[in-house]
Amino acid sequence: MIEAVIFPLIKIVIVLAAVLATVMYIVLLERKVQAWVQVRLGPMRVGYHGVLQPLADVLKLFIKEDITPAKVDRAVFTAAPIIVLVPALIAFAVIPFGSDQMTMFGLNIKGRIADVNVGLLYVVSVASLGIYGIILGGWASNSKYPLIASLRSSAQLVSYEIAVTLTLVTVIMLSGSLSMVDIVASQKSQGIWFAFLQPVAFFIYFVGGLAETNRAPFDLPEAEQELVAGFHTEYSGMRFAFFFLAEYANMIVVSAVATTLFFGGWLQPFPNVAWLWWLGLVPGWMWFCLKTFLFLYVFLWVRATYPRYRYDQLMRLGWKWLIPLAILNVVVTGFLKVWLK
Amino acid sequence: MITQTHYLVLSAALFMLGIVGVLTRRNIIIIFMSMELMLNAVNINLIAFSQQLGNVVGQVFAVFVICVAAAEAAVGLGIILAFYRNKETVNIDEMNLMRW
Amino acid sequence: MAEAVAFYIFAALILSFAVAVITAKSAVHSVLFLVADFLCVAGLYVMMQAQFLAVIQVMVYAGGIVVLYLFVVMLVNLKKPAEAYVHPRRLGRLGLVMSLAVFAELAAIATYGWLKPAGVGGALEAKNIEQVGRALYTDYLVPFEVASVLLLVAMVGAIVLAKREL
Repeated sequence: MIEAVIFPLIKIVIVLAAVLATVMYIVLLERKVQAWVQVRLGPMRVGYHGVLQPLADVLKLFIKEDITPAKVDRAVFTAAPIIVLVPALIAFAVIPFGSDQMTMFGLNIKGRIADVNVGLLYVVSVASLGIYGIILGGWASNSKYPLIASLRSSAQLVSYEIAVTLTLVTVIMLSGSLSMVDIVASQKSQGIWFAFLQPVAFFIYFVGGLAETNRAPFDLPEAEQELVAGFHTEYSGMRFAFFFLAEYANMIVVSAVATTLFFGGWLQPFPNVAWLWWLGLVPGWMWFCLKTFLFLYVFLWVRATYPRYRYDQLMRLGWKWLIPLAILNVVVTGFLKVWLK
Repeated sequence: MITQTHYLVLSAALFMLGIVGVLTRRNIIIIFMSMELMLNAVNINLIAFSQQLGNVVGQVFAVFVICVAAAEAAVGLGIILAFYRNKETVNIDEMNLMRW
Repeated sequence: MAEAVAFYIFAALILSFAVAVITAKSAVHSVLFLVADFLCVAGLYVMMQAQFLAVIQVMVYAGGIVVLYLFVVMLVNLKKPAEAYVHPRRLGRLGLVMSLAVFAELAAIATYGWLKPAGVGGALEAKNIEQVGRALYTDYLVPFEVASVLLLVAMVGAIVLAKREL
């Protein structure tokens, strides 16, 4: 009884705290990485080399004046940031951080908050709920630029959601189960990470993930040069902080799911190579964090490198290239799976 | 103890709320949404029976109901948009001409 | 005991959100209450051991169909609402009598169910999604394929209907 309630609660608190702290420092890392790519230094003043910059940012957002425009629909205006943030956070409930038999402080702890037997579909469905916050945030602002930006952004999200879900079908075909814990276990038992069996699916998933989180080069709906600030133009202070938090939390969710599905989750690389035995000393959750950070770094790297797609180019890429490619991938994978049995 | 009857009464109440919505509202989009409420009530009914009889057919049927609801929503909303473009209204009392 | 508490909470939420859907003044609020209603129904499905259907409900119904409704509501956003008048031929007392009759009928069903509870028929297996998948692809393959054709027809029809110029 205690284990069924207290342990998940503690894990939830730890995961939420870790996610929020990571979001704060990803913001700093993004500014630093972009600065280094552009041969400058980024934030350097607050703390040693700008390490305390996120704390300054949080303090600034807390004490900013909360401006609410006059003719907004107040209930929806207040609810929109919450609707964007909650799905991004609850997607962490099914992601396995460590093996199912971890021992910490002498207690047997499972390395995930919950093991739902439709875990992968749960993540997809929760991601599709995040669209509401964007639509409502733009509509409730009662202003032209946010409305256009929110409609564009939600159309983009819905389009790339299809391509992403189709790539997940191939992962399910390879692993035979929808539960995230089982997917990692099947990667362990097959001895190979699914990214090497399904490179096309991984590529489509990553590009779709870039588009799903409104990150460059697909960030037209919220780029400053385009539509003022997109759907969160009229938001200030803590509400803007929620939107900001939600975007980076979404990034972390996409990276964590990519790690779990394609790169073995908490598994160590090269488990069968004898002279790399010392890699086994690193605990599982540390491998998970390392791989997730690698993907987050690629997110930031891509932002600093590629120019922005125009909106019609973006939609054409999603509908005319990625979806047929994903369908072809599913067909070829099914064919190979039956043929090579 | 939650028996099957609890779920059936809940589904009947939800169905009736859907009917009240269809009969009393004038905005045609709200009427469509009340129809979705009715379809959900039917789904709850199907799954309650599926749980009680131990047969998965009820859930398969519910999947088809969701599928048909999606198709109907898409086509119905297309019709509403086409109508709105011509007559600038969504009040069903004003949708009373066979030709215009 | 916990199941009863969960059921009553979900049932209260479902019915109150449904009442809010049919009585809200602004159409956007109606749509939002519909989303909340569907999420509570999905929670109820999890209680009824239909996990696959719960996730499909959130993904397709709440995350797809209602987004469509929200778009259309925003596109036909009129300045004055479509109603706010009482129908001239409204029969209030007859409506009250009939609603009492329906209420009596519901009470009769509930009492009958309490007096003669239905026997336990069978148990669903734990791997819900495997069972549903197997049934869909073996016994119900033809309806499955017909449903996919239906969705294709609906997609083509919706695009043709909503285009600006043919």
